[in-house]
Amino acid sequence: MSPAPTQHVETVDFVMLYIVGISVILLLGITATMIYFVFKYHRKKGHQPVDIHGNIWLEIIWIVIPTLLVLSMFYFGYTGFREYRDIPKGAYVIQAKARMWAWEFTYENGKKLDTLYVPLGKPIKLEMQSADVTHSLFIPSFRIKEDVMFGKTTHLGFTADKAGSYDIACAEYCGLNHSMMYTKVIVLPEEEFYTWLNKKEETSNPAEAVK
Amino acid sequence: MSDGNSTVIENSFYKQSTNKHTGILSWLLTVDHKRIGIMYGVTILFFFLVGVIIGVLMRLELIAPGKTIVDAQTYNSLFTLHGVIMIFLFIIPGLPAIFGNFFLPIQIGARDVAFPRLNLLSYYIYVLGAILALLSVILPGGAIDTGWTFYIPYSVRSNTNVSLPLLAAFILGFSSILTGLNFITTVHRLRAPGMTFFKMPLFVWATYATAWIQIIATPVVGITIVLVVLERLFGVGIFDPALGGDPILFQHLFWIYSHPAVYIMILPAMGVVSEIIPTFARRTIFGYKAIAMSSLAIAFVGYLVWAHHMFTSGMSDTARWIFSLLTFIVALPSGVKIFNWVATMYKGSIDPKPPFQWVMSFIFLFSIGGLTGLVLGSLATDIHVHDTYFVVAHFHFVMFGGTGTIFFAAIHYWFPKMFGRMYNDKLATLGVIGFFIGFLMLYFPKFIMGYMGMPRRYYDYLPQFANLQLISTIGSWVLALTIFFIVGYLIHALVKGKRATSNPWGGVTLEWHIQSPPPMENFKEIPIITHEPYDFSQLKEMKDE
Ligand code: HEM
Ligand SMILES: [Cu+2]
Ligand SMILES: [Cu+2]
Repeated sequence: MSPAPTQHVETVDFVMLYIVGISVILLLGITATMIYFVFKYHRKKGHQPVDIHGNIWLEIIWIVIPTLLVLSMFYFGYTGFREYRDIPKGAYVIQAKARMWAWEFTYENGKKLDTLYVPLGKPIKLEMQSADVTHSLFIPSFRIKEDVMFGKTTHLGFTADKAGSYDIACAEYCGLNHSMMYTKVIVLPEEEFYTWLNKKEETSNPAEAVK
Repeated sequence: MSDGNSTVIENSFYKQSTNKHTGILSWLLTVDHKRIGIMYGVTILFFFLVGVIIGVLMRLELIAPGKTIVDAQTYNSLFTLHGVIMIFLFIIPGLPAIFGNFFLPIQIGARDVAFPRLNLLSYYIYVLGAILALLSVILPGGAIDTGWTFYIPYSVRSNTNVSLPLLAAFILGFSSILTGLNFITTVHRLRAPGMTFFKMPLFVWATYATAWIQIIATPVVGITIVLVVLERLFGVGIFDPALGGDPILFQHLFWIYSHPAVYIMILPAMGVVSEIIPTFARRTIFGYKAIAMSSLAIAFVGYLVWAHHMFTSGMSDTARWIFSLLTFIVALPSGVKIFNWVATMYKGSIDPKPPFQWVMSFIFLFSIGGLTGLVLGSLATDIHVHDTYFVVAHFHFVMFGGTGTIFFAAIHYWFPKMFGRMYNDKLATLGVIGFFIGFLMLYFPKFIMGYMGMPRRYYDYLPQFANLQLISTIGSWVLALTIFFIVGYLIHALVKGKRATSNPWGGVTLEWHIQSPPPMENFKEIPIITHEPYDFSQLKEMKDE
């Protein structure tokens, strides 16, 4: 099993590393060249400036190479996105409702709760709606978010690979207590999840549930 | 080339008025593009400093988790006001209104802009918009708390004064459109004989490209604002889903303007860079046409990428990848500029005076801003960092590290010409260093916090962010103190500075051919242009004149 909370986390971190890696090389290259020129061609050294109007080959090189680089970035970004958007058929569906300033999750059997419980290793699909303004359901540890709107259902999919409890935040500004719309997603092994689901009394205390 | 390189300072535009009035009225009613530029300068600098102070207050609130100085409602109003002031009152008008007004006519050998009265009108429209924005803070109802993006449905539901600042933004739009119109006409009609398009300085090219965006994109935000106000006041359902409207439509319309607007912010700054590097390297610019054309490319491709602000907004997946691809394409012309600028330093004769130091700082900070834009353009990563501190860091690096830095570069470059005085070079170098250190401390930690999952527009935060938030707040003090230090020594130099010669840096564009400060009508005789804009072989003739 992968050590990351979801497979998608590894994908996103890889794309991030790829883009940042190339960026750091470019940044250092540009900066070092600039500083080198400033020392090498310092006026105190009595250089006669040379008027060079340009070089068509250089212009071509520094258009073509960056084009190839950004196209590769686009490609990795796109495939990573597909991986997260293509939710397998038969995913376990949970309804999510956002309101100023709380979350509510409803399960197939009608159970309602402000904390999100999900079974380990099973594809999950959240069907989300807002009761008022636009919010955004953000799970930083899973590297995913999607806006939650009034009058339109949006969805968010993931498959948790590691049991545990992770933060959920609201990422779309929604007024006074926007910064306090935190809750948790709690990943339980499948059996425990179903035991929890079919228990009568509702618990909203994540600490109890994670045993 | 004939010019007014005499040492008579008496006939500078400070002494000669375009109207019969003297004193303050001779300024308030002036149609001289230079005086109007300076009036914009004073007003815009004032709002910038107000925005900085609000920024520092926000950072103070965020120094530790929990409440520090203000409550959540006040914090929400503070970031909205900060954003509105910085965007609509500082960075969008900034460079074109101050330096475009002052130098665009001079650089093409004109005596004024094409419509001098319209120019003064634009200034008063700007002031009217600014006053309305400030009024909305004082009036009962409370200061707007929607964020500068005014997203619906929240902005329809908020009980604060939303309509008035929207009206202010609407009015400010007209100021921007009229200035754009004026500059386009000026460039087409008033170039001196011999000044073909490809002999124009690159600052003129950049301001010209910007002007096109101003007149084409700004009406869209005007229309959108009118629709929002109709919705708020009369309950017409356009964007609010509760009334049968579509909130994503609002986001589209908003960004159709506001994305091109980021190029209104950055293009003139790029123009200034293309002036400063040749002057201090004393050689011609590398890739003149590549730089000029990349401005136009940015201006036009820039219209097609707006929805990259909406990758998590519930827009269709097809739209998401198309806009992602286009966003990567629009990054290329900016890259081309950076490479050409660095190449311009090759085999120059470089004297890294303060304006050049600002440009070096710009190249570093703006590159970080641009490169982190690639993280936001890529779908997989943007889904994670969208609406987090990563974005806050990114846009401060681009707008503040980019355009803001060049705002200071431009002041230091043209200060001797505008005011006829020199400032102290050593103090100026201290300013560059303080700004650089403060800036990185303030904003770099925000990239890390964003990737760790710290959302933006948060009044409070989880304990794991405490250390980085603290560093960021300390950075805000270093940065703000440096800014006030810079304003301080510049004001001192206005009064006590050494008199500037007509050409202290050895520049060759037309403003350096006339006295400092320039006479009212700029040129006694309209010059006839024979040289390329950055042909430093003129320097010798200029000295002999
Ligand atoms: C010392 C100077 C500055 C400081 C300390 C500062 C600080 C901040 C802070 C703390 C935020 C709120 C971040 C959040 O919680 O989402 C913010 C937002 C913002 N800042 Fe600055 N900033 C400064 C200068 C600038 C400048 C020069 C510009 C523009 C050129 C700018 C444009 C913005 C914008 C557009 C926002 C977003 C407002 C919103 O979310 O609606 N800031 N700034
Ligand atoms: Cu929220
Ligand atoms: Cu944009």
